Amino acid sequence: LCCVVDQESLLVSTMKVLVGVKRVVDYAVKIRIKGDKSAVETANVKMSMNPFCEIAVEEAIRLKEKKSAKEVIAVSIGPKQSVETIRTALAMGADRGIHVTTDMRTDQEVQPLAIAKVFAKLIEEEKPDLVILGKQSIDDDSNQTGQMLAGLMDWPQATFANELTFGDDGTISVKREIDGGLQTVSASLPAVVTADLRLNQPRYATLPNIMKAKKKKVDSKALADMGVDVEPRFTVTEVSDPPTRQAGSVV
Amino acid sequence: MFQRVSRRAFSVLVVAEHEAGKIGQGTLAAVTAAKQINSGPVTVLVAGSDAAAAAEAAGKISGVDNVLHAKDAKYDHAVAEQVSALLVSLQKANNYTHILGTASNEGKNFIPRAAALLDAQPISDIVSVVSADTFVRPVYAGNALATVQSTDAVKILTVRPTAFEKAAAEGGSAAVAEASGETASGPASTWKEDQIVKSDRPDLGSAKRVVAGGRGMKSGENFEMLYKLADKMGAAVGASRAAVDAGFVPNELQIGQTGKVVAPELYLAVGLSGAVQHLAGMKDSKVITCINKDPEAPIFQVSDYGLEGDLFKEVPA
Repeated sequence: LCCVVDQESLLVSTMKVLVGVKRVVDYAVKIRIKGDKSAVETANVKMSMNPFCEIAVEEAIRLKEKKSAKEVIAVSIGPKQSVETIRTALAMGADRGIHVTTDMRTDQEVQPLAIAKVFAKLIEEEKPDLVILGKQSIDDDSNQTGQMLAGLMDWPQATFANELTFGDDGTISVKREIDGGLQTVSASLPAVVTADLRLNQPRYATLPNIMKAKKKKVDSKALADMGVDVEPRFTVTEVSDPPTRQAGSVV
Repeated sequence: MFQRVSRRAFSVLVVAEHEAGKIGQGTLAAVTAAKQINSGPVTVLVAGSDAAAAAEAAGKISGVDNVLHAKDAKYDHAVAEQVSALLVSLQKANNYTHILGTASNEGKNFIPRAAALLDAQPISDIVSVVSADTFVRPVYAGNALATVQSTDAVKILTVRPTAFEKAAAEGGSAAVAEASGETASGPASTWKEDQIVKSDRPDLGSAKRVVAGGRGMKSGENFEMLYKLADKMGAAVGASRAAVDAGFVPNELQIGQTGKVVAPELYLAVGLSGAVQHLAGMKDSKVITCINKDPEAPIFQVSDYGLEGDLFKEVPA
């Protein structure tokens, strides 16, 4: 039951929303491949919150503003700098954060199946009513984590969400992008939603909110201590440049 | 968990996309990928309440050995929770070495869920098969290609349709067998409605020619010029994310890293600067041409022929 009626007979939500935020190479960076072709170079490269995660956070904050949600928790799995990504989510309006620390590469070693298992573990503890993840991260471009998490939890999924509406009966209605246009689905809570580009326009964190965010709580746990199997299931044997096109003629 | 020590025979399951009795182009590409993976039998799965004609069509695809027809309304609209449960049932019964879907919104919706239920790490959007356990896929908006080797007992993949030749739709004579699976154990999402844009133009994902407009088109009305041009050329119409975000055209026209990936014989980019994320969706086109008044626009770097000019003068001409 996610809604309780308070003394003035106003419907007050107790809904908890978990949002994933991933630290990735900034979308505008021109990437380079490491000399040994083992991976993309990420040292000394500008990193930012994955754009789809920004949209996920924004949607969760709007739910709080509409009083459909009570608490928004931002989760990030990554190196120690991932805490900055969580702080950005807190500055946007999330209430607290969870940082699962790891030095494994988050663009190829910690794979979506492992991430989904970590989220499933956190869900056991936090018991959110809704999980919103970005549709895909712009580094590995997998577009899998939300779907996998929903499968592990045996929850309904609504992927590539373009619009999210709450019903009075504890269900959500989601307009989602499909190959030929848009599709509307409904789902009971708890559920996993993945955010697509047009779900919303994320806000910029204002300076006062960035300052406030420093006081918000971020719990830290090591990935290795979570009791989750995060062994990679595939190895990246080589990362190479795609074939180049020759520039042609200007007519 | 016990692992079989003996070598298991290869066997590939391709999950078909179908509509109105026709098998999707993406599935034909997946069949080609399946044949490249190994010499084992290829089975195509066709699911839905009204899919008998599609199942028959699947049997005619060159290279297909078996067709499974799961006739049930719960698979209509490829509802992820139900299709995933079906794949789990079929995997338990038939122990495939590989399960392939199309890297389309449809396939991407259920394949990862099925993989999680089978405790496998799927590999999405493969553009090439190196061997039965090694595949190449684009990362970082296609600015790098990663060769990945899987150790999972069942390899679960989605196939990028533009990266593989389409298997011939005729020539096969596989028998169709009825199949069924468990219903999803937990609550499933409920399909309510689709808003499909109907068009007489070729499907964007598989069109031989594409005309795409960008922010330079300035308005939705101006796209009329491109629709007219496309009709003359027998082309499909696409757009950059900027044009879609500005409301010039609907979502499903978006070409790019997070939209559709196309690889037509001819791609004409009009008033479109060619941001990296857009290039990710069209740089494998055979011939790329553009019309843009800014000679510095990145689109010229990938174009075989570029016209530097004002699109509002050049297109109507």
